[in-house]
Amino acid sequence: MSRYRITQDDLRHAAEFRADPLGMPSPGLQRVLNLLRGGPKSGKYVLVVAEPFRRWILGRLPAERGQPVELLDGMEFTDLAEAEWAVFKLRWKAHTGKDLEQEL
Amino acid sequence: MIRILGYADRISAAPGECIQVKVSCEGLDQYDADLVRVIHGDINPSGPGYRDAPVPLDLGGPFKGRYQPIHAGSFGVVNAKPLFPAKSSLGLQAFVFPTLPGRGPQTILSRQDPQSGIGFRLYLDPEGAAALEVTAGGEKGGVVATGAPLIAERWYLISGSYDAASGALTVAQKPLKSYPWVNDADRASRTVPVNLAFADVGAPVMIAARQSTDRPATENFNGRIEAPKILSRFLPAEAMESPLDMQCEGLAAAWDFSIGIPTGQITDQSGNGLHGHLVNLPTRGVCGHAWNGDEHCWVKRPGHYAAIHFHDDDLYDCAWETDFEVRLPDDLSSGVYAVRLHGGVEEFYIPFSVRPPRGTTTAPVAFLLPTASYMAYANNRIGLDVPETEIVCGRLIQMSPIDLFMQTHPEIGLCFYDLHNDGSGVFYSSRLRPIVNMQPGHIGHLGGVGSNLWQFNADTHILGWLEHLDQPFDVIADEDLESEGSGILEGYRAVITGTHPEYYSVGMLDSLQSYLDDGGRLMYLGGNGFYWRVSFHPELPGVIECRKSEDGIRAYAPRPGEFYASFTGEYTGLWRRNGRPPNALAGIGMVSQGFDRSSPYVMKEASRDPRAAFVFEGVEGPVIGDYGLSGGGAAGLELDATDHSLGTPPHTLVLASSERHSDLYLMTPEDMDDPAPGLGGSEAEIIRAEMVFFETPGGGAVFSTGSIAWCGSLSHANYENDVARITTNVLRRFLDEKPFTPAPG
Ligand SMILES: [Fe+2]
Repeated sequence: MSRYRITQDDLRHAAEFRADPLGMPSPGLQRVLNLLRGGPKSGKYVLVVAEPFRRWILGRLPAERGQPVELLDGMEFTDLAEAEWAVFKLRWKAHTGKDLEQEL
Repeated sequence: MIRILGYADRISAAPGECIQVKVSCEGLDQYDADLVRVIHGDINPSGPGYRDAPVPLDLGGPFKGRYQPIHAGSFGVVNAKPLFPAKSSLGLQAFVFPTLPGRGPQTILSRQDPQSGIGFRLYLDPEGAAALEVTAGGEKGGVVATGAPLIAERWYLISGSYDAASGALTVAQKPLKSYPWVNDADRASRTVPVNLAFADVGAPVMIAARQSTDRPATENFNGRIEAPKILSRFLPAEAMESPLDMQCEGLAAAWDFSIGIPTGQITDQSGNGLHGHLVNLPTRGVCGHAWNGDEHCWVKRPGHYAAIHFHDDDLYDCAWETDFEVRLPDDLSSGVYAVRLHGGVEEFYIPFSVRPPRGTTTAPVAFLLPTASYMAYANNRIGLDVPETEIVCGRLIQMSPIDLFMQTHPEIGLCFYDLHNDGSGVFYSSRLRPIVNMQPGHIGHLGGVGSNLWQFNADTHILGWLEHLDQPFDVIADEDLESEGSGILEGYRAVITGTHPEYYSVGMLDSLQSYLDDGGRLMYLGGNGFYWRVSFHPELPGVIECRKSEDGIRAYAPRPGEFYASFTGEYTGLWRRNGRPPNALAGIGMVSQGFDRSSPYVMKEASRDPRAAFVFEGVEGPVIGDYGLSGGGAAGLELDATDHSLGTPPHTLVLASSERHSDLYLMTPEDMDDPAPGLGGSEAEIIRAEMVFFETPGGGAVFSTGSIAWCGSLSHANYENDVARITTNVLRRFLDEKPFTPAPG
């Protein structure tokens, strides 16, 4: 788990991520990603494959083995980069309380 | 939802031999089955696509679907009956090291009819406190519990007694070490009827579980049990709360788990012959309460290893009934095949290799199907249980229907990447259960941006390339290498590995090394190969042991004192910690891993050495493999490189190397004695894949790519690319009988 806390300076890293969510991140962006992606298993966002290589539904991992993955209705993607950006924004909001689209 | 599952009794067979197929269906009345030759299991639309070839063979379907359950959880069973005099008293005792006290009732020692309840059981109650039940059925009897929860991962002496004369029922827990302010020593007594006929029952004695009406065992214990004993008379509490000695009068049974550690048998030393057996492979060769660090090898001081670690999620053999048998046609060519079960939209593949008829070779090259590594990864929960997986993959984890099934069906068992429910490492992995992630079409978690394949399905990239070349090849599984030795490779001009042949037994390594010593040629087309030492069980089929001792990239560290395999007594861990580094065999060894994007190779000066001219015929370079289905490059996922201090032959040519990786690639613990900044792929020079070539003293040669991702680039542009060209050049030259001129000197 990362002890890093997001600051205003990280808005440029958010912009870098938006431009290429599946690229090779700069060290500053990597630090933000380590925080955002570093949460515990319980409630972790995952992409549930609806059609392989075509369509995914956002889900959340349960706390325990044996429990089902929760599907988030209406959060469907046909592009992996879009899914990454959507989850980045959700986590950014959870960590900072701020709406990234408005900040950028 | 996965509604059809299965497994086979074997993973390699010769033409003319039989394979027994075991199937379970849920909500599927009928299914059919056929035999297919696996060609290319990658369903990524950016690649050549899925391909298999049906074998015209009637397997006898359609078949009636039936449900066959999986009962995980290990325990001991003693079918012989302990002798109790009429109107008997009872004493029970065991050393106990609980790992999940408070997680439901957990049995230590029981003999109880599941219908009537008649019998006894010593157990931890749902609060984790020691409890004893003695009953003659119905209301006749009772339970006593201390009410004080045991502390996890501490040794206790647990005892219980019933005095038939007075009706006193007593249970006690005595920690072997006590602490101020911690009150975990306790004793409780109550009076129940005298002369309870608790022994008048046909049930077996069970250790670490109790009998159940609807499954073989229930209320399994999590943790260690040592020296359980049954006494057929009453002893006062003070006597019960010290270890009973073997001369104790009235000793009905006294199991010594330090005897037969490699086996599934448990031995009674009371003289009454109440020997038993273990179900679902609880962990043996683990430290007991007496272990003090004086000796680390159970072979040398078994008395310090007299405990067995039971888990409620241990699984060895599902022991399903056979649904049908496949007799392989006598003329079936060697290859990777699968029984495809299908019903409605449901499909399940059970892959296995068909080797050439025994004593023959039917092609000039053998593909070594790394079945030990498939078992090591069988049903792994890396994407489900390990929250860091998303970080090291650099992208969201994708959950396929198979992952969703694994999430809700943990009973399908664990592998070397998982932890038991109690947090302890998994040492045994079996194939006598459905392996849902070993199927063509499967999408993994660690396979990089792109196709995201791992192990079995990633290896179909090699099968697809060989089929594309129309290259005849035989398939030899790890289990064949282990059981038959190097003789099985003798007739081949070249052998090809899979993409990730990580797990090797000493038998497999000896076979491969002596093949090379005799002039053989090895194409190591992967990464992180020959890394962990594994042990096959000398008697039990289909199971391997791996303890990741010392260091290495691993899901867990075994506890101190537990670095020797229980199956064989071998020292475990990395091959480089066992005097056989992969570098000595293949020129290169593991240096890093990362699971996001792969990188290209760049040709090095040695690529112009005349010794290696054949490798680069028709190749332009200098950049090789900036494309591919496994991370978008040929160098990625897990990387190997030369290290002369680890035995890379001095004349090894480093033909090409990757030059930059993301910072998700990190140095390995075994190379990191003193951590300093700059451990990631953008800075640490050690992090690179090296493609190498060297000749062997026997006139053979080795070509290694040092990257799991390599084979994901083979099919790019319909196999017209430098990665395919290089691999094909090497194959052609390796199949040419002309000896390699030994390196100067
Ligand atoms: Fe691995």
